[in-house]
Amino acid sequence: MKVIKIDKKEWTGGIDKSREKYLLFGPVKDKDVTNKEHYIFKKLAAGEFPVMEGVDTVLSPKSVIFPQTEKILKSSLDQSQPDHHIMKRVENDYSSRAVIGIRSFDAKALTLVNLNFDTKDYQDPYWCDAYKATTFVGLAVNKPSDVDFSTSMGSGPFGEEGLDVLLVDNGEEFLAKVITDKGKTFLDAAGFNKTADESAVKKIEDLKAQAEKTIADKAKVGTDNLKNKTVLDLYEAPFWDDIAFSCINCGTCTFVCPTCWCFDIQDETKGKSCTRFKNWDSCMFPLFTLHGSGHNPRGVKTQRVRQRFMHKLKYFLDKYDKGTMCVGCGRCVQSCPVNIDIREVCNIMNNYEPKK
Amino acid sequence: MDSLTQKIREIASNILKEGRVDMVIGFAKGTIPMTTKPYMARTPEQVENFIWDKNCTLNLANYITGRKEKIGIIAKGCDSRNIVNHIVENKISRDQLYIIGVPCSGMADKHNPDELRDNCATCTHRNPVIFDVMAAEPVEEQKIDDPFADVKAVEAMDKDAKWSYFEGLLQNCIRCYACRNACPLCYCPTCFVDESGPQWVGKGQNKTDIQTFHFLRAFHCAGRCTDCGACEAACPMDIHVRAFTRKLNKDSLELFGWEAGLDITKRPPLDTFNPDDPNDFIK
Ligand code: SF4
Ligand code: SF4
Ligand code: SF4
Ligand code: SF4
Repeated sequence: MKVIKIDKKEWTGGIDKSREKYLLFGPVKDKDVTNKEHYIFKKLAAGEFPVMEGVDTVLSPKSVIFPQTEKILKSSLDQSQPDHHIMKRVENDYSSRAVIGIRSFDAKALTLVNLNFDTKDYQDPYWCDAYKATTFVGLAVNKPSDVDFSTSMGSGPFGEEGLDVLLVDNGEEFLAKVITDKGKTFLDAAGFNKTADESAVKKIEDLKAQAEKTIADKAKVGTDNLKNKTVLDLYEAPFWDDIAFSCINCGTCTFVCPTCWCFDIQDETKGKSCTRFKNWDSCMFPLFTLHGSGHNPRGVKTQRVRQRFMHKLKYFLDKYDKGTMCVGCGRCVQSCPVNIDIREVCNIMNNYEPKK
Repeated sequence: MDSLTQKIREIASNILKEGRVDMVIGFAKGTIPMTTKPYMARTPEQVENFIWDKNCTLNLANYITGRKEKIGIIAKGCDSRNIVNHIVENKISRDQLYIIGVPCSGMADKHNPDELRDNCATCTHRNPVIFDVMAAEPVEEQKIDDPFADVKAVEAMDKDAKWSYFEGLLQNCIRCYACRNACPLCYCPTCFVDESGPQWVGKGQNKTDIQTFHFLRAFHCAGRCTDCGACEAACPMDIHVRAFTRKLNKDSLELFGWEAGLDITKRPPLDTFNPDDPNDFIK
């Protein structure tokens, strides 16, 4: 596999050059009116550069492909128009874009969401068009955060799945591992084309081993038994009430999660026009499953908490045989206001033996 | 072990053993630094999980809404005031509760462990206002010269500055509703933002809809909010939602001489009529 060497002094110049062909997205620092600072993934304005220091973002970059609110269809309500009330697809910009500085677990997460939105029978055009238009330029995580448990969940700090390029921070330079042709095209557009010497591959392997060890030293999350458990044993297990006790049923865990894909459809009208939106939804909200009849099959919070963990750690695994639907990014662990920790829940599920 | 933690465990264990309560609600240690988790102990053994430290930032009154059991609850100053609210608003009855009062010396800011969080810095009710037993001697209450200096600064802004401040406050809100759901006052079976027939508020990331949620929620808390800070403790985006509720707390104090949750015999001002009301229109 080819490795390109990018001198950090040439970084901004190359990024600027790539803007001729790509819309860029990346993590940037945001400061609100009360001076609180966060890193968020957003479209980069001219002159704006992604922060490449391996920062944690509260929200995952999934919104680049799957925005929290997305206009999908529109129609006219003006009865004098021949096409009134006929929904038509909104014209969105799907020109080439690149996400710079995305982490390996987030890129992997998007491949899992892709399984849901791009199937043999159905293709969600909004997702598919955006996903295909995007080049993912990842940044390996040299110093994993305390809540990163990605190595337990089929990803890792240097994982390559879902990425087109993996950048590795090596002091004065980035070593760019070219993973796909799409990735090569991006690097060419940025003018990054100096092949690194032999030692680069070894260097990357060393940094990778170090980072993986940091995670392995603290995160012990077992997933090996999940596959062989029966769905109903887990579903009926006695531990769900205790896990759910502190949950306040907010949308935090699912909104920050890079793999949660659920959405709601809403129509809004203004004057004589109607717009149909796709909004993120969450199985933690009671409204998520409320039927028109008033019946709610997941009417109490334990059922909703169970749904989230069962979906991530069992249903998905059984349906796709592609591991868990959690990549171990740790965002929900960090942001859940009542410290419901998926690492603990995963271990409880993985170790559960029903009483016969 | 911290003596408060020890005392809490001791009391909790006793009332469970004596069968006075079916459960005790308190805080357990979190899995990551500076976190705790609301926790329910049903057996004397489980009380060993209780802890008390500077990170017990949520409001446990949120966990007793509408419950039918006999409940032991650990209450710092603000939790106790929300328990009073709950009793006044018929969300629980006084005799269902065994309140273990914990005098509080303020909770830590979630990003600066050495500093008090914002609401604790101006708190003047650190000691529980209602309890069956106290876990320690009362602490001295803070004397705050100007508890609403922050609200006054916003009031002093001109119209445009104020509006852009409000817009700025809410620009990162993701509508996860953690603030609302962490709030013991927000117990409506269906919140107005979730109502679908009629639908009062749009559901997307339109800023007017987001603002509508926050402004209306603040009004629903008028005269009831204890400034416990659970909303901000819960918010993943660090949004200063108390900017809105604090304005209404100030108004309640200035217009009605009212602070929420101090007395189970009094109803909140927006829920009562008074012939001496300072507003002319009511006469
Ligand atoms: S698990 Fe935590 S983040 Fe998720 S809904 Fe419950 S309280 Fe909110
Ligand atoms: S479930 Fe939590 S840790 Fe797993 S991918 Fe989602 S946010 Fe990350
Ligand atoms: S069902 Fe819940 S856990 Fe599964 S994708 Fe939807 S929101 Fe996420
Ligand atoms: S908790 Fe924060 S992000 Fe969530 S709805 Fe409230 S203010 Fe918005």
